[in-house]
Parts: sequence; C-alpha cells; structure tokens
Amino acid sequence: MATTTAAEPTRRDFIHIATAAAGGVGALALAWPLIDQMNPSASVLALSSVEFDLAPVQEGQQVTVMWRGKPVFVRHRTPKEIAEARAVPVASLPDPLARNLNLPESAQATDQDRATKPEWLILIGICTHLGCIPLNNQGDFGGYLCPCHGSQYDTAGRIRRGPAPENLAVPPYAFLSPTRIKIG
Amino acid sequence: MAGHSTYVPKTGFTRWLDARLPILRFANDTMTTFPTPRNLNFWYSFGGILTFMLGIQIVTGIVLAMHYVPSADKAFDSVESIMRDVNYGWLLRYMHSNGASFFFLAVYLHIFRGLYYGSYKAPREILWIIGVLIYVLMIATAFLGYTLPWGQMSFWAATVITNLFSSIDQILPHAGTAITEWLWGGFAVGDPTLNRFFSLHYLLPFVIAGLVVLHIWALHVPGNNNPLGIDVKGPQDTVPFHPYYTAKDLFYLLLFVILYAVVVFYLPNALVEPDNYVPANPLVTPPEIVPEWYLLPFYAMLRSIPQKLIGVIVLFGALITLVFVPWLDTSRVRSMRFRPLAKQFFWALVVDCVLLGYLGAHRPDAVFPGTSIPMLPFARLGTAYYYAYFWLVLPLLGLIETPKPLPATIATSVTGTGVEQVNAPAE
Repeated sequence: MATTTAAEPTRRDFIHIATAAAGGVGALALAWPLIDQMNPSASVLALSSVEFDLAPVQEGQQVTVMWRGKPVFVRHRTPKEIAEARAVPVASLPDPLARNLNLPESAQATDQDRATKPEWLILIGICTHLGCIPLNNQGDFGGYLCPCHGSQYDTAGRIRRGPAPENLAVPPYAFLSPTRIKIG
Repeated sequence: MAGHSTYVPKTGFTRWLDARLPILRFANDTMTTFPTPRNLNFWYSFGGILTFMLGIQIVTGIVLAMHYVPSADKAFDSVESIMRDVNYGWLLRYMHSNGASFFFLAVYLHIFRGLYYGSYKAPREILWIIGVLIYVLMIATAFLGYTLPWGQMSFWAATVITNLFSSIDQILPHAGTAITEWLWGGFAVGDPTLNRFFSLHYLLPFVIAGLVVLHIWALHVPGNNNPLGIDVKGPQDTVPFHPYYTAKDLFYLLLFVILYAVVVFYLPNALVEPDNYVPANPLVTPPEIVPEWYLLPFYAMLRSIPQKLIGVIVLFGALITLVFVPWLDTSRVRSMRFRPLAKQFFWALVVDCVLLGYLGAHRPDAVFPGTSIPMLPFARLGTAYYYAYFWLVLPLLGLIETPKPLPATIATSVTGTGVEQVNAPAE
C-alpha cells in the first residue's frame, strides 16, 4: 500500500503539532516548581529586619550586625572621615550611583546620599566584586580594603580602585530614635 | 575500527545469553578483541586511570555520605567525626579529598596528551567535546565537594564562585543578583546552599559516568588516535586491546596508585589550605582565598582582569575555548611529532599553564619572592598566551607550517622495516 503524500497539512500533522505543543507547555509548567524551589524559602524571607542600639558605638568605631545572613557595617564616622568623603567630586568616582536602597536608583553617590546622617555610615559589608568581607580602615582611601582581589573603598564605602563594579550597598534602614536604628 | 564482531559463544549458557542479551559479545568486542594501534605509549594510559579514579571517588563518596550531615550547624563537626570516630573514616576521607587531586592530575595529562597528538581532530571531534563536558562537570563537582566540609575556605569559595554570576548585573540589572539568590536559597551562602550543593555533588559523578560511556563509545567508532597521528591502515597496525593494553594500562595504573597512596598516607593535607580546618564564619574572610591547585590557572586569569564582568567572561571563555579546538587547528597533520613549530608553541602552553597556576596562588598585587617584580603583568601575559594559542597560533600555524613527512603506516614506523623508511620521530 502506497503512502499518500498530501501537500496540505493533514490531520496527522495537526495531531503531531498539538501533541508537541501540549507536551511542551506541560513540561514548562512542571519545570517551574523545580526551579522556583531553589529561591529563598518563606522562613528565610521572614528574617527581614533587625533593630540595633547605636549608643555604645564610639566615634571612629565600627560594629558589625547580621541582617539576612549578611554582615552590615555600622560605622560611627569621625569629622575627618566625613570631610574626606565630601571632598571627592562625584564625577571622579568609578560608580557614580548612591546604591542606597532608601533612595531612588538614580541617586548620585554624594556623601549625603550615602549617609543620610553623616556620622552614621551603614553599609552591607560585602564586597561588590565577589562577595568577600572588606577589612575596615585599610587601603589607600581610609575606608575598606577587600582582601580577596584588592578592591578599595573610601570612607563613604564607595569603590575607588580595583575590580569591584559598585559602591558598597546601603541597606534599607530607618532611625527609630536618635540612637536606635532598624535595618530592613 | 568498529568492525564485525569476532565473538563466538563457547558454552550452551553463553549461546543462550547471546541470543537474549549480547552483553558478553559487547564486552568482548570493546574490551578484549578491540583492535588498538600497536604504538600507544605511556600517555595513553590515563583513560583507564581516570575511569579507575572515578570509581574510587564514587565508592568513597557514597560511604562518606553515610556519615556526613549537610547542615551549616553540623557539617564541620560531622567531617571531624568522620576523621576521628568512624572506623577508617580518616582513610576514606583522605582517599576522597586527595582522590580529587589525582583525578585532576590524570585529566590534565590526558588533555595535554590529546592536544599534543592532535586527538581532537576529525573524526574525533565529538569524542573531544564530550571530554570537555566531562572536564567541566569535574570542575563543578570538585567545587561543590570542596564546600561540603564547611570550613572557612569552603564557605568563601562558595561565596566567591556563586558571586561570579552576580556579574550578570552589569548586562541585565538585577538579573545576576536574582540568580545568585536563587543559587543560594537565601541572601547569602548558608544552610540551604549547603544542602543543595550536597545533593548536586552526589548527582554529578553519575552524570560524568554516563558521559564516560558516551566518551568511550565515541572513541570506539574511529578507534584510538596514536602518537604518530596517522590512521590505522590495516591489521598489521593494530594489536588486540587484551592482553596488550590491559597489561600496559594496569602497569601504569599501579604506578599512579603508588603515588596516590604516598600522598594519602604520608602527605594527606599537603594539598589542603589550613584555613579549611577553621569552621565557616560569614563575618570574617580569610586573608586570602585560593581554590584547590587544579583550578589555580583559571583563578589567575580571573584575578588578572581588573573589571568584574570581563574577568568572569575570560574565566569561562578559557573553558569554552576548548570546545572549538577541533576547528581552530587548521593543520592536516595530527601529531606534533611532525609539526616542528606547533610543538614549540605547545610546550610554551604547558609552561604557561603551570606559570598561571603559580600566579593564581598569589594575590594580584604580589611580587616574585626575593625581587620587586610584580606578578600581575605576567598573569595578564599568561592569560593572553592561553587565548592566543587556541585562537591565533593553532589557526595560523596550520597554514604556514611545513610538517615533516609522515610515515606510511604505523607498522613500518614501529618495526623500522618496509619500503618507506622515514626519519625517526623527533623524540
């Protein structure tokens, strides 16, 4: 028996396409739960904020607070450090954006936009290169030096030299009172 | 050389089995009578050694998993408990951790063997690409395994490597961060990360085993390349795989295992960063984070580039480059024995990779010991040469190099008889 060759799409072609389409959609629908299960779980997301008392932190001192499994630097800056940070023109910075999660994304990396209350610099203490913890008061800019790949940050946590692409991020935070903040 | 089967079942049972599941026929054709070039040298023994090491890693890994606890609180302690409390736990763990190093030692010699004798060229391109896939999966598996003891190096290696994906932020804002958080299952490397890494570390060796089957299958279609790089012309050029190469492979396997045993029993921590005996601490980065020795050349490439995204592209590009080697090499001569220029560039590549490995163990701002010569320019030069070898030297040399005359057949070259007596290979 000879096979028939039809120029027009046959009912069999339609069945093939419909089966493949239904199977493909089904496979995608099944793949999503398998992919999404790796995202942060509800219990991880629930650890959203911490409160911290600033009173014991002396001028020139830095304290590290854990927030969402990340170290947050709370730095009580000296007037000299503030002055140094303010003296830098924003146009000369490798990353001109504030990277401050309390401000719009387009905010410029002025010292005012990095530390709303100038004496309190609050940063996520994770190098924006590959995630190491930068060392305090090291490097050529008086701020931070990442020991892994040599990125250097200034006293406003802005990247000045090295492979890191962005300024150290400023986490969302709010002053509950003049000496108490809530991070997250 | 995949030819007719020569298997003849001898007993009633094997005839009965052969008609139902010809597994003995398959074993006979692939492991016994398989015609193999008669001139394979020492460098061809690493395929067998690698298969053996994969077996060692899977067997020791399965038993280690019976005692290991993949939790951020308990992982470090459970590894110490394996070392101290579990019967022979110290031996199994040292076999496994050093086994990874010897696995990589063998795979590097195997890869350079392939590069030297042109084993990647037609008709063996697929064989080569499957090999590259196996190598990439080995790197992934080794990295995942390195994180499991949850020491300082484990934790920070996991942090640095997963953060490589955050560089995607520079092309697609927020996409890189979303991917890293998806990899972590949190906002930093932590308990969910360790759990999934353990799951994948257990899975990938079996994927590798599957690819090894494909690798050997793809080998058995064209047959082995050989140090002369010329095709097998007839039965006079080959010997049966068994007993000739089973015996030869076994001899070199034993030498290799002796070396492995020396390290396992006498130098078990020689290749380990001491920092990994400090429990993971997310608040303190060790003074220096370095990967295991077998990844240092790639780390040197990453650290030599001052821009994050480009550094990551250079790192992964170095691996992806290997896929294209069969088409980048334009020479029709396979073996470097007959390529006087290419041979010199090849050895320069070997030196380059060793140099990059040395530089990768040092900070980018380091100087050579006892001098004030900075290392960074050498790391950049080394990276440039690695790429140049594959993307410039191999394509151009094939066009300009005059290869030495090739021997007519393997048999004439090996026995030194026959009409076409050629100048002896250059080593």
